[in-house]
Amino acid sequence: MSKGFRIWGLVPAWALMLLTLILPIFIVAGVSVGERGAYGGFEWSFDLTAYRQILFTLGWTDELEFDPKYLIIIARTLGYAAGATAISLLLALPVAYWISLQSARDKALLIYLVTLPFWVSMIVRVYAWLIILGNDGMAETVYRFFGGSDVPGFLFTPGAMLVGMVYSYIPLMILPVYAAVEKLDPALIEASHDLYGSRWTALRRVIIPLASPGLVGGSILVFVPCLGTVLEPMLLGGGRQLMMGTLIQNQFGGARDWPFGAAIAMVLLVLVVLVLILNARRATRQLEVQA
Amino acid sequence: MQKRLSAIEIIGVSKQFGDFTALHQVDFRILQNEFFTLLGPSGCGKTTLLRMIAGFESPSRGTILLNGKDISDSPAHKRRVNTVFQNYALFPHMTLSQNIAFGLENLGWERGKIRARVGEMLEMVHMSQFAARKPDQLSGGQRQRIALARALAPGPEVLLLDEPLSALDLKLRQSMRDELRRLQRETGITFVFVTHDQEEALDMSDRIAVMGNGHVQQIGAPDEIYEAPQNRFVADFIGETNFLDGEVVSVEGGHATIRTALGIDITAAQSGVQGPGPAVLSIRPEKIGLDARAEGETRSGRIVSRNYMGGFTHYTVEAGGVSLRVSQRNAQSRQGRLDVGDEVRLGFAAENARVLGQ
Amino acid sequence: MSASRSVRHYPGFRLLSLVFFLWLYLPIGVVIFYSFNDNRLVSVWTGFSTKWYATALSNQSLMDALEVSLVVAVLSMIFATTIALLAALVLTRAPGLKFRRVSETVVNLPLLLPEIVLAVAVLILFSQIGLNNGMVRLVLAHTAFCTPFAFMPIRARLQGMPLDFEEAARDLYAAPFTVFRRVTLPMIMPGVFAGAMTAFVISMDDFITSNMLNSGGATTLPVYIFSLIRQGTTPELNAVSTLLIAASLILATLVLVLNARAMRRSA
Repeated sequence: MSKGFRIWGLVPAWALMLLTLILPIFIVAGVSVGERGAYGGFEWSFDLTAYRQILFTLGWTDELEFDPKYLIIIARTLGYAAGATAISLLLALPVAYWISLQSARDKALLIYLVTLPFWVSMIVRVYAWLIILGNDGMAETVYRFFGGSDVPGFLFTPGAMLVGMVYSYIPLMILPVYAAVEKLDPALIEASHDLYGSRWTALRRVIIPLASPGLVGGSILVFVPCLGTVLEPMLLGGGRQLMMGTLIQNQFGGARDWPFGAAIAMVLLVLVVLVLILNARRATRQLEVQA
Repeated sequence: MQKRLSAIEIIGVSKQFGDFTALHQVDFRILQNEFFTLLGPSGCGKTTLLRMIAGFESPSRGTILLNGKDISDSPAHKRRVNTVFQNYALFPHMTLSQNIAFGLENLGWERGKIRARVGEMLEMVHMSQFAARKPDQLSGGQRQRIALARALAPGPEVLLLDEPLSALDLKLRQSMRDELRRLQRETGITFVFVTHDQEEALDMSDRIAVMGNGHVQQIGAPDEIYEAPQNRFVADFIGETNFLDGEVVSVEGGHATIRTALGIDITAAQSGVQGPGPAVLSIRPEKIGLDARAEGETRSGRIVSRNYMGGFTHYTVEAGGVSLRVSQRNAQSRQGRLDVGDEVRLGFAAENARVLGQ
Repeated sequence: MSASRSVRHYPGFRLLSLVFFLWLYLPIGVVIFYSFNDNRLVSVWTGFSTKWYATALSNQSLMDALEVSLVVAVLSMIFATTIALLAALVLTRAPGLKFRRVSETVVNLPLLLPEIVLAVAVLILFSQIGLNNGMVRLVLAHTAFCTPFAFMPIRARLQGMPLDFEEAARDLYAAPFTVFRRVTLPMIMPGVFAGAMTAFVISMDDFITSNMLNSGGATTLPVYIFSLIRQGTTPELNAVSTLLIAASLILATLVLVLNARAMRRSA
């Protein structure tokens, strides 16, 4: 490889990311302290109104009143993301473990089957749940079949949103967990039994600890996109329960408050970066322990 | 030997990788048409040296001459040397013919000449019927032959071989040794062979450079290296030997007289001994004789262990507080069978021993 | 079943896994099934019909959106794969490279951050610099978030390829570009192909960024589908979704089969 290539080979990637990602994020930070324009858009200035708006509203006499409505949205976002991550985790461990016990050929096939739905357009996947959970949909039919008389209405509920989020992102959990349990030496489980441990002991003290890099990695892969998810709350949640993603979306759509949208986007960005930093610190600590 | 020209000259070559020095100021020459081996344990710097000759690494200091031309700074694709890689590195997406033609195409040969040369090369390694196959359809030995054909096709000034036999099983290795020697003789190309296997080196080479800890420890013909090791490292690395600690009492030219725990003064060829002081006596197990076969001044000892190996029997004999490994050929069956606990006489001819400086 | 197998197995895991896989394919199956429903109401089955496919394919807005999506996806795929290939070559093949870690992070940045933030960021950037051409906006933004998807399989392939082959090519008098053209590129081709296909699918499927950048003449298929969904579920939507599912599954299978074959060959 020539010396020159070393330099310019990376130039397009850096240029692309600087131009479409790094620089724009700084602009978003700038906009978040800008002023709302008269006809949507914004004007440059230094004004913390957008951030103040997250915590306070202006009362009748222009005094600041603490208003938790946006804090509730942030908390709700964190809650749904954590819930979806937890459900994915509980499902992924047994499924990934079960796959790892199959023959080499079946393993490849099953992992292929796990990844396959992920290739299907996100909008189509969410839409599919819309028909299943919707009026007279499959879920209601099954409910009636088992004797339920007054159908509760599955769509536009927290449950519907969670199902949609888990469905969207669970392959991102199964793959790293599978990668971890697949490497597990069966003799370790046998040794646990040999040393008078029950199945539960083997699971708790051998399988889960050894699978933990995959469990943590998968959790981050699911948690981060769930924080910014847009389609599930809009379509399956019916837009009644705002999450940060939809809140941001609205500011750039109907509400046309760019500084506020930018401020929420910055909060979301900070949350994600925090998760990534915590994970990086945990990973380095683990490396230090091993060394 | 003196009149033959150098194919490669290594002049004051050092190589650093960060804080680690892989080679310290190495100097030697490889003559034209010789089968030259770089022998040493892993990490001794032999592969680094080979990669510098090939052009995959550049020396931190020093110069490499190829037939008198300085090639230290010329890139690998402009050096008229070719390499047989340890794992062959045959291009998996090309047929065997395409693999062999690759170098010729890059040198700008015309089509007809390339085709003829590829055919000739395939014939040389007895692989003509496989021309259209891909490398993954070949056995290890066949891949080896194609790697050789590919590297020899452009007619390099020097052929470099990086542990080419290590990936083969034992039986194939022996026949490939003969094949390599044959090819070297037939083509008259200088071969530089890297290995950690001393038996391979002794069997095949015209000359061997024994390398250790980033230094060339000794260069010489196989029998010189084995019979007259210049230092402890070489004596220890090539074959098996007994080291007896002792005190040199006098030095006279190439010989030194040493007093060891065996209690007898032995005068033997020396190297690295400056004057009286501590040194070691090196004597190979098969040069020591027991009872009737004992030569020189003999001593009594007691057998403490015995391992029957078929053609040989290995004994450990304790004499004067030192234990010596002794290897005896089993020439005749049941002749003078010795057992653990037996008292024996042992001795060796002084000319078979070496006194080596510390 | 041997004793060693039985201690490794957990009661219930098998059943749970089977239910999981059913659940995973249920939505896809439901959409495909109802796309052949004769009834105007999505979830009331009255008979088999392919008429909704005809309706969908004759919907001009839908076809326009498909065209936008295809053009954007093909261009983004080409740009993203080229950029990723160059970056991966430098990052895996240049010894002693400075800024290696930070460069890898930068290439993978779109994967680390939530898409909605990136979508907002490009929207503001484009409106600030006055870039109003919808297609150019989409291609630029899609190229950015497709690049890491193209990068990962290419880098994996390069890392899995021993340096011997390139050294052998140099040893056989190949100049740097010849080494790339005749040895490196053919040997990493499965990775390049997988990367390109992944980039294509990611671009085709994108909703969040495309929706944010949606402006006249640059409505992608997912964004158009979203607007249809908002108007209510129709059997026509099922037909479009089924076609999209079929396309995705064919591409995914192609990539996975080719990759599996390449793995077997290099093993």
